Amino acid sequence: MADVLTLSAVDAYYGEVQVLRGFDLSLAKGEVLCLLGRNGAGKTTALKAIMGLVAVRGGTIMKDGTDLSKLAPHEVPKAGVAYVPQGRRLFSELTVAENLEIGLMARGKGRVTREAVLDLFPVLRERLSQRSGTLSGGEQQMLAMARALCIEPDVLLLDEPTEGLMPSMIARIRETVAGLRERGVSTILVEQRVDAVLSLADRVAFIENGQNRETVDVEKVRADPAYVHRYVGVG
Amino acid sequence: MAFGPYFLLASLEGLVTAAVLALTALGLSLVFGVMRVVNVAHGEFFMLGAVLAWAVSTAFAGHPSVGFVAALFVAPLVVGGAALLSERLVLRRLGYDPEATIVATIGMLYIIQQLALTFYGADARPVQAPFNVRIQLPWFGYSGYKLFVIVAAIVLILAAWFVLTRTKIGLVMRATQYDRETAQAFGIPVDRVYAGVFALGAMLAAVAAVLIVPIQQAHYLMGRDPLLLSFIVVIIGGLGSLRGTVIAALLIGLSDGIISVFFSPTLAKMLATGLVAMVLVFRPQGLFGVPAR
Ligand SMILES: Nc1ncnc2c1ncn2[C@@H]1O[C@H](COP(=O)(O)OP(=O)(O)OP(=O)(O)O)[C@@H](O)[C@H]1O
Ligand SMILES: [Mg+2]
Repeated sequence: MADVLTLSAVDAYYGEVQVLRGFDLSLAKGEVLCLLGRNGAGKTTALKAIMGLVAVRGGTIMKDGTDLSKLAPHEVPKAGVAYVPQGRRLFSELTVAENLEIGLMARGKGRVTREAVLDLFPVLRERLSQRSGTLSGGEQQMLAMARALCIEPDVLLLDEPTEGLMPSMIARIRETVAGLRERGVSTILVEQRVDAVLSLADRVAFIENGQNRETVDVEKVRADPAYVHRYVGVG
Repeated sequence: MAFGPYFLLASLEGLVTAAVLALTALGLSLVFGVMRVVNVAHGEFFMLGAVLAWAVSTAFAGHPSVGFVAALFVAPLVVGGAALLSERLVLRRLGYDPEATIVATIGMLYIIQQLALTFYGADARPVQAPFNVRIQLPWFGYSGYKLFVIVAAIVLILAAWFVLTRTKIGLVMRATQYDRETAQAFGIPVDRVYAGVFALGAMLAAVAAVLIVPIQQAHYLMGRDPLLLSFIVVIIGGLGSLRGTVIAALLIGLSDGIISVFFSPTLAKMLATGLVAMVLVFRPQGLFGVPAR
């Protein structure tokens, strides 16, 4: 399968502190790739590196022949990459509609996109003029997803989207990701919950100490719990 | 002493102060709120606006209103250009670091002041009001121009409110203010927003200065009081809160007018300072501010 996004030997820094060291990762078209690793392994940093939100001083991040690491951060979403940050990071003072509007503006999408996104998350339609900070945790996560989908991305980066949500909501998020895969969207999913990973992922990348130790098909992980044990320490 | 007429006069004078202060403080508040930059040179943009107003209005021969209207457009544009330049040359290179930019804008303050001294001189110079009408009120006639200043400030503040809350540009500015990193992840060119906000902030100070300069002469040191008062207003009103800025400006302007007339200007300043101290202790985000991320 053709890769839509390829990170090669990426070095990423916070100031002088190096976090990613020669980080490699490739994302195939229409797959869900999970990043697993302990706290502080560098999962969030890997997503931020793709978005241009940390300093990338070595390596390349190729998408459709463009090196994203050479773009200004605000140009990355215009290349079709959407980001759902850890902890959602909604503009909590802004309304639901305004949060969506910001997503739409990123790539000049309009009403059609907005309606399609709202059809995916009908609860948001009833809350358009509500301040997003006053939504429930689950609604906030849906809004964070919706805002990202307003970009009409072909690559979606999800950082712990199920964190702190109740099971029904987790199922909802999972369905959405699976539905997007049907439509050819490629997803990098950072997850702590191994069960969620195993039921959704096509491949799993094990992150340790700012490096991708190995990327394996999910069947292999399912067949051999030692993988999870080794890299995440639970299972 | 008859209370009514004095009270009305004091209130009107207070409103003029409040009007100009609200515009100036709004500029400081925007820059502070969106960019997290404490612009110590803000008062110098105000001064530059006043000095340019003098220069432009004296360049026009005919009726004073012609020169004034020209100044109303030219001065803010030139000041905005100067702000844009200093943003590019200085603030951006410092990465908008909160501490470094304080030092840098202190430097800008002296540079702008000395440039004004060199090219404009140390004299205070008057600008003629665009019109000279007295409006008859119950007890006395009052300057029509001062009333115009109040109305003009209201119109400009409403325009700023409209832009901030009802337009895409305003939405982009607010998103940048609340979460710079996430804004970038959604295609917002944060450095361009910063440049625009810094220019806009300076232009608000400049337009306030053009409005005040027919009442209060242009002088190269005139930027200090507006800077201090703007800080007071921003601290009381809260970071980047337009409503808070306007209310705090009204509070400071009106109390300054009224207390100065009935008691003493010193008491007015003491109360304002006391209020700032109280706000800093009990509500550091300001009366209407939201704690920032
Ligand atoms: N802003 C920052 N400045 C300096 N170091 C940081 C910063 N953010 C993260 N780090 C460091 O980078 C390393 C990787 O952090 P990262 O957030 O990528 O981990 P993670 O794998 O997402 O962890 P978690 O599962 O807890 O979210 C950690 O050691 C962390 O302390
Ligand atoms: Mg993380």
